[in-house]
Amino acid sequence: MPNILVCVKRVPATGARIVLTEDEQAINTRYLGFTVSPHEECAVEEAIRQIEKHGGQSTVLTLGPEEAAEQLRDALAMGIDEAVLLQTDVDDWGPMVTAEAIIRAIQSRQQEKGAFDVLLFGNESADNGGYQVGIRVAHALDLPCITGIKGLEIQGNTAVARREAAGGWEIFEVSLPAVFTVKEGINLPRYPSFKGKMSAKKKPIAQQNPVWKQDRLQKIRLESPIVETESAVILGKGPEAAPHVVQMLKEIGIVVS
Amino acid sequence: MNLVLIEHDQGKLSKTAMEVLIPARDLAKKTNTRFAAVLIGDNALSVVDTLQYYGVKKVYHVKHGRLDDYAPDAWAESVVQLIQKANPQTVLAVGSDRGNEVMARVAAKTNNPMAANCIAIEPGEKYRVTRVRWGGSLFEEAWLDGIPKLLTVATLTFESAEIPGSEKPETEEFVPELSDKDFRVRVTRRIPPEGGVSLSDARVVVGGGRGVGSKEGFALLEELAELLGGTVGGSRVVTNLGWRSHADQIGQTGTRISPDLYIACGISGAIQHWVGCMGSKTILAINSDPEAPIVTKADYAVIGDLHEVIPALCAEIKKMK
Repeated sequence: MPNILVCVKRVPATGARIVLTEDEQAINTRYLGFTVSPHEECAVEEAIRQIEKHGGQSTVLTLGPEEAAEQLRDALAMGIDEAVLLQTDVDDWGPMVTAEAIIRAIQSRQQEKGAFDVLLFGNESADNGGYQVGIRVAHALDLPCITGIKGLEIQGNTAVARREAAGGWEIFEVSLPAVFTVKEGINLPRYPSFKGKMSAKKKPIAQQNPVWKQDRLQKIRLESPIVETESAVILGKGPEAAPHVVQMLKEIGIVVS
Repeated sequence: MNLVLIEHDQGKLSKTAMEVLIPARDLAKKTNTRFAAVLIGDNALSVVDTLQYYGVKKVYHVKHGRLDDYAPDAWAESVVQLIQKANPQTVLAVGSDRGNEVMARVAAKTNNPMAANCIAIEPGEKYRVTRVRWGGSLFEEAWLDGIPKLLTVATLTFESAEIPGSEKPETEEFVPELSDKDFRVRVTRRIPPEGGVSLSDARVVVGGGRGVGSKEGFALLEELAELLGGTVGGSRVVTNLGWRSHADQIGQTGTRISPDLYIACGISGAIQHWVGCMGSKTILAINSDPEAPIVTKADYAVIGDLHEVIPALCAEIKKMK
Protein backbone atom coordinates (compact mmCIF):
# COMPACT_ATOMS: atom_id res chain seq x y z
CA MET A 1 0.00 0.00 0.00
CA PRO A 2 1.58 3.26 -1.07
CA ASN A 3 2.70 6.01 1.27
CA ILE A 4 2.08 9.23 -0.65
CA LEU A 5 3.41 12.73 -0.09
CA VAL A 6 1.95 15.73 -1.86
CA CYS A 7 3.57 19.18 -1.76
CA VAL A 8 1.47 22.32 -2.28
CA LYS A 9 1.98 26.08 -2.28
CA ARG A 10 -0.29 28.82 -0.99
CA VAL A 11 -0.80 31.46 -3.67
CA PRO A 12 -3.12 34.47 -4.02
CA ALA A 13 -6.33 33.88 -5.96
CA THR A 14 -5.92 36.56 -8.60
CA GLY A 15 -8.77 37.99 -10.60
CA ALA A 16 -8.53 40.04 -13.74
CA ARG A 17 -5.68 42.30 -12.68
CA ILE A 18 -2.61 41.91 -10.51
CA VAL A 19 -1.73 44.90 -8.34
CA LEU A 20 1.77 45.14 -6.88
CA THR A 21 2.83 46.53 -3.52
CA GLU A 22 4.50 49.94 -3.63
CA ASP A 23 8.00 48.54 -3.14
CA GLU A 24 7.39 46.21 -6.14
CA GLN A 25 8.42 43.20 -4.07
CA ALA A 26 5.12 41.35 -3.93
CA ILE A 27 1.52 41.19 -5.06
CA ASN A 28 -0.81 43.38 -3.04
CA THR A 29 -2.98 40.72 -1.46
CA ARG A 30 -5.05 42.98 0.77
CA TYR A 31 -8.21 42.31 -1.24
CA LEU A 32 -7.39 38.80 -2.39
CA GLY A 33 -8.22 35.34 -1.13
CA PHE A 34 -5.72 32.49 -1.21
CA THR A 35 -5.69 29.06 -2.75
CA VAL A 36 -3.16 26.46 -3.88
CA SER A 37 -1.75 26.37 -7.41
CA PRO A 38 -4.18 24.57 -9.77
CA HIS A 39 -1.68 21.83 -10.65
CA GLU A 40 -1.23 21.06 -6.96
CA GLU A 41 -4.94 20.98 -6.27
CA CYS A 42 -5.01 18.13 -8.79
CA ALA A 43 -1.97 16.52 -7.13
CA VAL A 44 -3.89 16.43 -3.82
CA GLU A 45 -6.89 14.87 -5.56
CA GLU A 46 -4.61 12.32 -7.26
CA ALA A 47 -3.07 11.30 -3.92
CA ILE A 48 -6.54 10.74 -2.46
CA ARG A 49 -7.73 8.73 -5.47
CA GLN A 50 -4.65 6.50 -5.37
CA ILE A 51 -5.17 5.85 -1.66
CA GLU A 52 -8.87 5.11 -2.24
CA LYS A 53 -7.85 2.55 -4.86
CA HIS A 54 -4.81 0.94 -3.26
CA GLY A 55 -5.10 1.79 0.42
CA GLY A 56 -2.16 3.41 2.19
CA GLN A 57 -1.38 6.71 3.78
CA SER A 58 -1.17 10.31 2.56
CA THR A 59 0.62 13.41 3.81
CA VAL A 60 0.41 17.00 2.55
CA LEU A 61 3.33 19.37 3.02
CA THR A 62 3.75 23.08 2.41
CA LEU A 63 6.34 25.76 2.98
CA GLY A 64 4.75 29.08 3.77
CA PRO A 65 3.45 31.49 6.38
CA GLU A 66 1.37 30.51 9.39
CA GLU A 67 -1.76 31.15 7.28
CA ALA A 68 -0.76 28.35 4.88
CA ALA A 69 -2.28 26.01 7.49
CA GLU A 70 -5.55 27.02 5.78
CA GLN A 71 -4.43 25.32 2.54
CA LEU A 72 -3.30 22.26 4.50
CA ARG A 73 -6.74 22.07 6.15
CA ASP A 74 -8.36 22.20 2.71
CA ALA A 75 -6.28 19.19 1.62
CA LEU A 76 -7.10 17.38 4.87
CA ALA A 77 -10.79 18.13 4.31
CA MET A 78 -10.57 16.58 0.83
CA GLY A 79 -9.22 13.38 2.40
CA ILE A 80 -5.47 13.63 3.03
CA ASP A 81 -4.48 12.01 6.35
CA GLU A 82 -1.71 14.17 7.80
CA ALA A 83 -0.09 17.55 7.22
CA VAL A 84 3.31 19.19 7.64
CA LEU A 85 3.77 22.97 7.73
CA LEU A 86 7.25 24.34 7.14
CA GLN A 87 6.45 27.69 8.67
CA THR A 88 8.37 30.73 7.54
CA ASP A 89 8.19 34.42 8.27
CA VAL A 90 9.95 35.49 5.08
CA ASP A 91 7.81 35.61 1.93
CA ASP A 92 10.47 35.27 -0.62
CA TRP A 93 11.77 31.74 -0.81
CA GLY A 94 13.50 31.05 -4.12
CA PRO A 95 13.30 27.65 -5.81
CA MET A 96 16.69 26.32 -4.65
CA VAL A 97 16.26 27.09 -0.97
CA THR A 98 12.63 25.96 -1.06
CA ALA A 99 13.74 22.61 -2.46
CA GLU A 100 16.49 22.34 0.19
CA ALA A 101 14.01 22.94 3.02
CA ILE A 102 11.55 20.39 1.59
CA ILE A 103 14.33 17.82 1.14
CA ARG A 104 15.34 18.14 4.80
CA ALA A 105 11.72 17.89 5.92
CA ILE A 106 11.13 14.77 3.80
CA GLN A 107 14.28 13.13 5.14
CA SER A 108 13.34 13.71 8.76
CA ARG A 109 9.73 12.66 8.15
CA GLN A 110 10.87 9.46 6.43
CA GLN A 111 13.11 8.57 9.34
CA GLU A 112 10.23 9.01 11.71
CA LYS A 113 7.38 7.51 9.70
CA GLY A 114 8.82 5.39 6.92
CA ALA A 115 9.68 6.06 3.29
CA PHE A 116 7.33 7.69 0.80
CA ASP A 117 6.61 5.61 -2.31
CA VAL A 118 5.02 8.37 -4.37
CA LEU A 119 5.96 12.05 -4.05
CA LEU A 120 3.67 14.45 -5.88
CA PHE A 121 4.36 18.09 -6.77
CA GLY A 122 2.74 20.57 -9.11
CA ASN A 123 4.55 20.91 -12.44
CA GLU A 124 5.16 24.58 -11.64
CA SER A 125 3.77 26.97 -9.05
CA ALA A 126 1.15 29.43 -10.29
CA ASP A 127 2.98 32.45 -8.92
CA ASN A 128 6.72 31.87 -9.24
CA GLY A 129 6.73 29.37 -12.10
CA GLY A 130 10.25 28.12 -11.41
CA TYR A 131 9.72 24.65 -12.93
CA GLN A 132 12.28 22.98 -10.68
CA VAL A 133 11.38 22.26 -7.04
CA GLY A 134 10.12 18.70 -7.65
CA ILE A 135 13.10 17.93 -9.87
CA ARG A 136 15.60 19.19 -7.28
CA VAL A 137 13.94 17.15 -4.54
CA ALA A 138 14.04 14.01 -6.72
CA HIS A 139 17.71 14.57 -7.48
CA ALA A 140 18.67 15.01 -3.83
CA LEU A 141 16.75 11.88 -2.82
CA ASP A 142 18.13 9.96 -5.82
CA LEU A 143 14.66 9.20 -7.16
CA PRO A 144 13.40 9.17 -10.73
CA CYS A 145 11.20 12.14 -11.63
CA ILE A 146 8.54 12.33 -14.30
CA THR A 147 7.24 15.83 -14.93
CA GLY A 148 3.98 17.22 -16.26
CA ILE A 149 1.95 14.06 -15.85
CA LYS A 150 -1.75 13.87 -16.70
CA GLY A 151 -2.25 10.22 -15.85
CA LEU A 152 -0.87 7.87 -13.20
CA GLU A 153 -1.40 4.16 -12.69
CA ILE A 154 0.24 2.33 -9.83
CA GLN A 155 0.70 -1.41 -10.14
CA GLY A 156 2.57 -2.82 -7.16
CA ASN A 157 6.07 -1.40 -7.29
CA THR A 158 5.71 0.14 -10.71
CA ALA A 159 4.04 3.30 -11.94
CA VAL A 160 2.95 4.12 -15.46
CA ALA A 161 2.61 7.84 -16.08
CA ARG A 162 1.53 9.68 -19.16
CA ARG A 163 2.04 13.20 -20.31
CA GLU A 164 0.81 15.20 -23.25
CA ALA A 165 3.26 15.86 -26.07
CA ALA A 166 2.49 17.46 -29.42
CA GLY A 167 -1.18 16.56 -29.19
CA GLY A 168 -0.51 12.90 -28.34
CA TRP A 169 0.83 11.13 -25.27
CA GLU A 170 4.25 10.02 -24.01
CA ILE A 171 4.17 7.02 -21.69
CA PHE A 172 6.78 6.54 -18.97
CA GLU A 173 7.24 3.55 -16.71
CA VAL A 174 9.25 3.72 -13.48
CA SER A 175 9.87 1.72 -10.35
CA LEU A 176 8.70 3.24 -7.08
CA PRO A 177 9.63 5.22 -5.10
CA ALA A 178 9.43 8.09 -7.57
CA VAL A 179 8.62 11.78 -7.86
CA PHE A 180 5.88 12.99 -10.19
CA THR A 181 5.03 16.58 -11.04
CA VAL A 182 1.38 16.91 -11.94
CA LYS A 183 -0.46 19.07 -14.43
CA GLU A 184 -4.04 20.19 -14.14
CA GLY A 185 -6.29 17.89 -16.16
CA ILE A 186 -5.07 14.66 -14.54
CA ASN A 187 -8.41 14.69 -12.69
CA LEU A 188 -11.19 17.00 -11.62
CA PRO A 189 -10.64 17.79 -7.91
CA ARG A 190 -13.54 17.17 -5.56
CA TYR A 191 -15.06 19.70 -3.21
CA PRO A 192 -14.56 18.80 0.45
CA SER A 193 -17.67 17.43 2.11
CA PHE A 194 -19.06 18.91 5.32
CA LYS A 195 -17.93 15.77 7.11
CA GLY A 196 -14.47 16.16 5.59
CA LYS A 197 -14.24 19.73 6.79
CA MET A 198 -15.24 18.74 10.30
CA SER A 199 -12.75 15.89 10.52
CA ALA A 200 -9.97 18.08 9.05
CA LYS A 201 -10.16 20.24 12.16
CA LYS A 202 -9.06 17.28 14.26
CA LYS A 203 -6.26 16.03 12.01
CA PRO A 204 -2.70 16.83 13.12
CA ILE A 205 -0.50 19.49 11.48
CA ALA A 206 3.14 18.93 12.31
CA GLN A 207 5.20 22.09 12.27
CA GLN A 208 8.84 22.86 11.55
CA ASN A 209 10.63 26.17 11.17
CA PRO A 210 13.23 26.09 8.42
CA VAL A 211 15.78 28.88 8.34
CA TRP A 212 15.57 31.31 5.43
CA LYS A 213 18.54 31.72 3.13
CA GLN A 214 19.08 33.99 0.15
CA ASP A 215 18.55 32.07 -3.09
CA ARG A 216 21.14 32.30 -5.85
CA LEU A 217 18.28 33.28 -8.13
CA GLN A 218 17.56 36.54 -6.36
CA LYS A 219 14.46 38.64 -7.00
CA ILE A 220 15.15 42.33 -7.58
CA ARG A 221 11.67 43.58 -8.31
CA LEU A 222 8.36 42.67 -9.89
CA GLU A 223 6.80 44.50 -12.77
CA SER A 224 3.37 44.53 -14.38
CA PRO A 225 3.68 44.21 -18.14
CA ILE A 226 2.46 47.26 -20.01
CA VAL A 227 -1.20 46.69 -20.71
CA GLU A 228 -2.41 48.44 -23.82
CA THR A 229 -4.99 50.90 -22.63
CA GLU A 230 -6.53 51.22 -26.07
CA SER A 231 -9.95 49.68 -25.67
CA ALA A 232 -11.58 47.34 -28.15
CA VAL A 233 -13.31 48.59 -31.27
CA ILE A 234 -16.98 47.93 -30.55
CA LEU A 235 -18.46 46.37 -33.67
CA GLY A 236 -22.02 46.70 -32.44
CA LYS A 237 -24.60 45.49 -29.99
CA GLY A 238 -26.51 42.21 -30.25
CA PRO A 239 -27.20 40.27 -33.46
CA GLU A 240 -27.21 43.46 -35.56
CA ALA A 241 -23.42 43.49 -35.20
CA ALA A 242 -23.05 40.38 -37.39
CA PRO A 243 -22.44 42.17 -40.74
CA HIS A 244 -19.79 44.37 -39.11
CA VAL A 245 -18.06 41.31 -37.69
CA VAL A 246 -18.00 39.66 -41.12
CA GLN A 247 -16.56 42.86 -42.59
CA MET A 248 -13.77 42.72 -40.00
CA LEU A 249 -13.18 39.01 -40.74
CA LYS A 250 -12.75 39.91 -44.41
CA GLU A 251 -10.28 42.67 -43.55
CA ILE A 252 -8.06 40.36 -41.53
CA GLY A 253 -8.31 37.64 -44.17
CA ILE A 254 -10.22 35.01 -42.21
CA VAL A 255 -13.12 34.85 -44.66
CA VAL A 256 -12.98 35.67 -48.35
CA SER A 257 -15.94 37.01 -50.23
CA MET B 1 31.37 30.13 -25.36
CA ASN B 2 27.68 29.50 -24.67
CA LEU B 3 25.75 26.28 -25.19
CA VAL B 4 22.24 26.17 -26.58
CA LEU B 5 20.19 23.03 -26.17
CA ILE B 6 18.02 22.42 -29.22
CA GLU B 7 14.73 20.69 -28.54
CA HIS B 8 13.69 17.96 -30.92
CA ASP B 9 11.70 14.77 -30.83
CA GLN B 10 13.37 11.87 -32.59
CA GLY B 11 14.92 14.20 -35.12
CA LYS B 12 11.92 16.46 -35.52
CA LEU B 13 12.15 20.05 -34.29
CA SER B 14 9.34 21.16 -32.01
CA LYS B 15 7.28 24.19 -32.98
CA THR B 16 9.08 26.46 -30.52
CA ALA B 17 12.55 24.89 -30.77
CA MET B 18 14.15 27.71 -32.75
CA GLU B 19 12.89 30.50 -30.47
CA VAL B 20 15.94 30.10 -28.25
CA LEU B 21 18.33 31.07 -31.02
CA ILE B 22 17.60 34.82 -31.24
CA PRO B 23 18.30 35.45 -27.53
CA ALA B 24 21.29 33.08 -27.77
CA ARG B 25 22.69 35.12 -30.65
CA ASP B 26 22.06 38.43 -28.86
CA LEU B 27 23.69 37.21 -25.66
CA ALA B 28 26.76 35.91 -27.51
CA LYS B 29 27.10 39.29 -29.23
CA LYS B 30 26.83 41.21 -25.95
CA THR B 31 29.54 39.13 -24.30
CA ASN B 32 31.67 38.95 -27.40
CA THR B 33 31.61 35.20 -27.49
CA ARG B 34 30.32 32.37 -29.67
CA PHE B 35 27.64 29.81 -29.09
CA ALA B 36 27.29 26.19 -30.04
CA ALA B 37 24.07 24.27 -30.51
CA VAL B 38 23.70 20.98 -28.65
CA LEU B 39 21.83 18.20 -30.43
CA ILE B 40 21.24 15.12 -28.33
CA GLY B 41 20.50 11.73 -29.85
CA ASP B 42 21.63 9.60 -32.75
CA ASN B 43 18.62 10.67 -34.78
CA ALA B 44 19.10 14.37 -34.02
CA LEU B 45 21.43 15.15 -36.89
CA SER B 46 18.55 15.46 -39.36
CA VAL B 47 17.88 18.97 -38.02
CA VAL B 48 21.44 20.23 -38.59
CA ASP B 49 20.54 21.60 -42.00
CA THR B 50 17.79 23.72 -40.47
CA LEU B 51 20.14 25.16 -37.84
CA GLN B 52 22.43 26.80 -40.36
CA TYR B 53 19.64 29.20 -41.34
CA TYR B 54 19.42 30.43 -37.77
CA GLY B 55 23.01 31.55 -37.36
CA VAL B 56 24.36 28.35 -35.85
CA LYS B 57 28.03 27.88 -36.76
CA LYS B 58 28.98 25.08 -34.41
CA VAL B 59 27.08 21.99 -33.32
CA TYR B 60 27.86 19.44 -30.64
CA HIS B 61 26.20 16.22 -31.67
CA VAL B 62 25.76 14.06 -28.57
CA LYS B 63 25.83 10.43 -29.60
CA HIS B 64 25.31 7.36 -27.50
CA GLY B 65 23.87 4.00 -28.46
CA ARG B 66 21.04 4.38 -25.94
CA LEU B 67 19.95 7.89 -26.87
CA ASP B 68 17.37 6.72 -29.38
CA ASP B 69 14.45 8.37 -27.61
CA TYR B 70 13.83 11.16 -25.13
CA ALA B 71 15.23 10.46 -21.65
CA PRO B 72 15.44 13.66 -19.56
CA ASP B 73 18.13 12.48 -17.12
CA ALA B 74 20.32 11.18 -19.94
CA TRP B 75 19.88 14.49 -21.77
CA ALA B 76 20.76 16.43 -18.62
CA GLU B 77 23.79 14.23 -17.87
CA SER B 78 24.99 14.75 -21.44
CA VAL B 79 24.73 18.52 -20.99
CA VAL B 80 26.57 18.31 -17.65
CA GLN B 81 29.46 16.40 -19.25
CA LEU B 82 29.51 18.82 -22.16
CA ILE B 83 29.72 21.70 -19.66
CA GLN B 84 32.85 20.06 -18.18
CA LYS B 85 34.36 19.78 -21.66
CA ALA B 86 33.41 23.14 -23.19
CA ASN B 87 33.34 25.26 -20.02
CA PRO B 88 30.54 27.57 -21.21
CA GLN B 89 29.51 30.83 -19.49
CA THR B 90 25.84 30.17 -20.20
CA VAL B 91 23.61 27.26 -21.11
CA LEU B 92 20.26 28.15 -22.67
CA ALA B 93 17.22 26.12 -23.69
CA VAL B 94 13.73 26.94 -24.81
CA GLY B 95 11.16 27.22 -22.00
CA SER B 96 9.10 24.27 -23.15
CA ASP B 97 8.15 21.21 -21.08
CA ARG B 98 11.33 19.47 -22.16
CA GLY B 99 13.59 22.52 -22.10
CA ASN B 100 12.56 23.48 -18.58
CA GLU B 101 12.83 19.99 -17.18
CA VAL B 102 16.22 19.22 -18.73
CA MET B 103 17.67 22.54 -17.51
CA ALA B 104 16.23 22.03 -14.02
CA ARG B 105 17.93 18.63 -13.96
CA VAL B 106 21.21 20.17 -15.11
CA ALA B 107 20.81 22.76 -12.35
CA ALA B 108 20.19 20.10 -9.70
CA LYS B 109 23.15 18.01 -10.88
CA THR B 110 25.56 20.98 -10.93
CA ASN B 111 24.09 22.68 -7.82
CA ASN B 112 23.40 25.86 -9.76
CA PRO B 113 20.36 28.11 -9.83
CA MET B 114 18.16 28.08 -12.93
CA ALA B 115 16.00 30.92 -14.24
CA ALA B 116 12.98 29.63 -16.13
CA ASN B 117 11.21 31.51 -18.93
CA CYS B 118 13.40 34.58 -19.37
CA ILE B 119 12.41 37.38 -21.72
CA ALA B 120 15.52 39.54 -21.26
CA ILE B 121 19.11 38.68 -20.33
CA GLU B 122 21.76 41.22 -19.28
CA PRO B 123 25.14 39.54 -18.84
CA GLY B 124 27.62 40.45 -16.10
CA GLU B 125 29.28 38.74 -13.17
CA LYS B 126 25.72 37.85 -12.22
CA TYR B 127 23.17 38.05 -15.01
CA ARG B 128 20.25 40.44 -14.63
CA VAL B 129 17.35 38.52 -16.13
CA THR B 130 13.70 39.35 -16.61
CA ARG B 131 11.52 36.29 -16.37
CA VAL B 132 7.81 35.68 -16.49
CA ARG B 133 5.74 34.83 -13.47
CA TRP B 134 2.04 34.03 -13.29
CA GLY B 135 2.15 32.57 -16.78
CA GLY B 136 3.20 35.91 -18.27
CA SER B 137 0.96 38.36 -16.44
CA LEU B 138 3.82 39.48 -14.22
CA PHE B 139 7.52 39.99 -14.84
CA GLU B 140 10.31 39.49 -12.34
CA GLU B 141 13.74 41.04 -12.56
CA ALA B 142 16.28 38.85 -10.83
CA TRP B 143 19.98 38.26 -10.35
CA LEU B 144 21.06 34.91 -11.72
CA ASP B 145 24.23 33.46 -10.24
CA GLY B 146 26.00 30.21 -11.05
CA ILE B 147 28.78 28.69 -13.11
CA PRO B 148 27.62 28.37 -15.78
CA LYS B 149 24.47 30.50 -15.84
CA LEU B 150 21.50 28.25 -16.59
CA LEU B 151 18.33 29.64 -18.08
CA THR B 152 15.42 28.98 -20.40
CA VAL B 153 13.71 31.53 -22.61
CA ALA B 154 9.94 32.02 -22.60
CA THR B 155 8.15 30.66 -25.66
CA LEU B 156 6.08 32.87 -27.95
CA THR B 157 8.34 35.80 -27.03
CA PHE B 158 11.16 35.81 -29.58
CA GLU B 159 10.61 35.46 -33.32
CA SER B 160 12.80 32.86 -34.94
CA ALA B 161 13.84 34.65 -38.12
CA GLU B 162 15.94 32.87 -40.73
CA ILE B 163 19.26 34.21 -41.97
CA PRO B 164 19.56 33.57 -45.69
CA GLY B 165 22.60 32.01 -47.34
CA SER B 166 24.49 30.83 -44.29
CA GLU B 167 27.05 28.05 -44.27
CA LYS B 168 26.63 24.58 -42.91
CA PRO B 169 27.76 24.48 -39.27
CA GLU B 170 30.83 22.64 -38.11
CA THR B 171 29.76 19.48 -36.29
CA GLU B 172 31.68 17.84 -33.47
CA GLU B 173 30.64 14.51 -32.03
CA PHE B 174 30.50 14.09 -28.28
CA VAL B 175 30.01 10.72 -26.61
CA PRO B 176 28.91 11.03 -22.96
CA GLU B 177 29.32 8.32 -20.36
CA LEU B 178 25.83 7.27 -19.35
CA SER B 179 24.66 4.63 -16.92
CA ASP B 180 21.41 2.71 -16.38
CA LYS B 181 20.37 5.34 -13.86
CA ASP B 182 20.26 7.97 -16.60
CA PHE B 183 17.64 5.87 -18.38
CA ARG B 184 15.29 5.24 -15.45
CA VAL B 185 13.01 7.86 -16.97
CA ARG B 186 12.51 7.47 -20.69
CA VAL B 187 9.66 7.46 -23.14
CA THR B 188 8.66 3.81 -23.40
CA ARG B 189 5.60 4.18 -25.57
CA ARG B 190 3.69 6.86 -27.47
CA ILE B 191 0.06 7.39 -28.29
CA PRO B 192 -0.23 9.52 -31.43
CA PRO B 193 -2.56 12.54 -31.64
CA GLU B 194 -6.15 11.71 -32.45
CA GLY B 195 -6.27 13.95 -35.48
CA GLY B 196 -8.26 17.09 -36.08
CA VAL B 197 -6.87 20.57 -35.57
CA SER B 198 -5.23 21.00 -32.18
CA LEU B 199 -5.79 24.19 -30.16
CA SER B 200 -2.16 25.22 -30.37
CA ASP B 201 -2.04 24.81 -34.17
CA ALA B 202 -5.49 26.16 -35.08
CA ARG B 203 -5.73 29.28 -37.26
CA VAL B 204 -9.07 30.20 -35.70
CA VAL B 205 -10.15 29.38 -32.15
CA VAL B 206 -13.63 29.94 -30.73
CA GLY B 207 -13.53 29.93 -26.92
CA GLY B 208 -16.42 29.70 -24.50
CA GLY B 209 -16.72 30.67 -20.85
CA ARG B 210 -19.33 30.59 -18.13
CA GLY B 211 -21.60 32.70 -20.34
CA VAL B 212 -22.15 29.71 -22.65
CA GLY B 213 -24.39 28.41 -19.88
CA SER B 214 -24.18 24.64 -20.39
CA LYS B 215 -22.35 21.79 -22.04
CA GLU B 216 -24.99 21.78 -24.79
CA GLY B 217 -24.49 25.50 -25.34
CA PHE B 218 -21.16 24.73 -27.01
CA ALA B 219 -22.99 23.43 -30.11
CA LEU B 220 -23.30 27.08 -31.19
CA LEU B 221 -19.55 27.60 -30.84
CA GLU B 222 -18.84 24.35 -32.71
CA GLU B 223 -20.92 25.58 -35.61
CA LEU B 224 -19.13 28.93 -35.77
CA ALA B 225 -15.72 27.23 -35.52
CA GLU B 226 -16.59 24.87 -38.32
CA LEU B 227 -17.70 27.71 -40.60
CA LEU B 228 -14.37 29.45 -39.98
CA GLY B 229 -12.25 26.31 -40.25
CA GLY B 230 -11.30 26.54 -36.60
CA THR B 231 -11.56 24.64 -33.37
CA VAL B 232 -13.29 25.14 -29.99
CA GLY B 233 -11.75 25.75 -26.58
CA GLY B 234 -12.90 26.95 -23.18
CA SER B 235 -11.92 28.78 -20.02
CA ARG B 236 -10.85 27.08 -16.79
CA VAL B 237 -14.35 27.61 -15.37
CA VAL B 238 -15.79 25.61 -18.22
CA THR B 239 -13.39 22.68 -17.84
CA ASN B 240 -13.84 22.70 -14.05
CA LEU B 241 -17.60 22.53 -14.53
CA GLY B 242 -17.08 19.53 -16.80
CA TRP B 243 -18.66 21.24 -19.84
CA ARG B 244 -15.49 20.60 -21.85
CA SER B 245 -12.58 18.24 -21.31
CA HIS B 246 -9.39 19.71 -19.84
CA ALA B 247 -7.64 19.19 -23.18
CA ASP B 248 -9.78 22.08 -24.48
CA GLN B 249 -8.69 24.53 -21.79
CA ILE B 250 -7.12 27.79 -22.94
CA GLY B 251 -5.07 29.35 -20.15
CA GLN B 252 -2.12 29.33 -17.80
CA THR B 253 -2.75 25.73 -16.76
CA GLY B 254 -4.12 24.64 -20.14
CA THR B 255 -3.03 25.40 -23.69
CA ARG B 256 -1.38 28.64 -24.83
CA ILE B 257 -2.89 29.53 -28.18
CA SER B 258 -1.56 31.81 -30.92
CA PRO B 259 -4.13 31.73 -33.73
CA ASP B 260 -4.80 34.42 -36.33
CA LEU B 261 -8.22 34.95 -34.76
CA TYR B 262 -9.53 34.16 -31.31
CA ILE B 263 -13.23 34.67 -30.60
CA ALA B 264 -13.87 34.77 -26.83
CA CYS B 265 -17.55 34.10 -26.13
CA GLY B 266 -18.99 34.72 -22.69
CA ILE B 267 -15.52 34.79 -21.13
CA SER B 268 -14.78 37.48 -18.55
CA GLY B 269 -11.03 37.38 -19.13
CA ALA B 270 -9.38 36.53 -15.82
CA ILE B 271 -5.58 36.52 -15.88
CA GLN B 272 -5.47 32.72 -15.91
CA HIS B 273 -7.32 32.84 -19.25
CA TRP B 274 -5.76 35.98 -20.67
CA VAL B 275 -2.18 34.65 -20.53
CA GLY B 276 -3.34 31.65 -22.55
CA CYS B 277 -4.86 33.70 -25.37
CA MET B 278 -2.81 36.90 -25.44
CA GLY B 279 -0.59 35.44 -28.18
CA SER B 280 -3.51 35.60 -30.65
CA LYS B 281 -3.08 38.01 -33.58
CA THR B 282 -6.62 39.33 -33.36
CA ILE B 283 -9.07 38.90 -30.49
CA LEU B 284 -12.82 39.39 -30.83
CA ALA B 285 -14.84 39.34 -27.62
CA ILE B 286 -18.54 38.59 -27.58
CA ASN B 287 -19.84 39.51 -24.16
CA SER B 288 -22.99 40.95 -22.63
CA ASP B 289 -20.93 42.95 -20.12
CA PRO B 290 -19.21 45.98 -21.70
CA GLU B 291 -17.04 46.28 -18.56
CA ALA B 292 -15.69 42.71 -18.71
CA PRO B 293 -11.86 42.69 -18.69
CA ILE B 294 -11.80 40.73 -21.95
CA VAL B 295 -13.73 43.53 -23.68
CA THR B 296 -11.18 46.13 -22.63
CA LYS B 297 -8.24 43.96 -23.69
CA ALA B 298 -9.59 42.59 -26.99
CA ASP B 299 -9.10 44.21 -30.40
CA TYR B 300 -12.79 44.02 -31.29
CA ALA B 301 -15.92 43.43 -29.29
CA VAL B 302 -19.60 42.80 -29.78
CA ILE B 303 -21.71 43.67 -26.76
CA GLY B 304 -24.57 41.22 -26.51
CA ASP B 305 -25.76 37.76 -25.59
CA LEU B 306 -23.66 35.16 -27.37
CA HIS B 307 -26.79 33.01 -27.82
CA GLU B 308 -28.17 35.70 -30.12
CA VAL B 309 -24.96 37.04 -31.63
CA ILE B 310 -23.41 33.73 -32.73
CA PRO B 311 -26.45 32.46 -34.71
CA ALA B 312 -26.65 35.83 -36.48
CA LEU B 313 -22.96 35.67 -37.23
CA CYS B 314 -23.21 32.11 -38.57
CA ALA B 315 -26.12 33.14 -40.81
CA GLU B 316 -24.14 36.09 -42.14
CA ILE B 317 -21.11 33.91 -42.93
CA LYS B 318 -23.29 31.30 -44.64
CA LYS B 319 -24.75 34.00 -46.90
CA MET B 320 -21.32 34.40 -48.43
CA LYS B 321 -20.80 30.74 -49.20
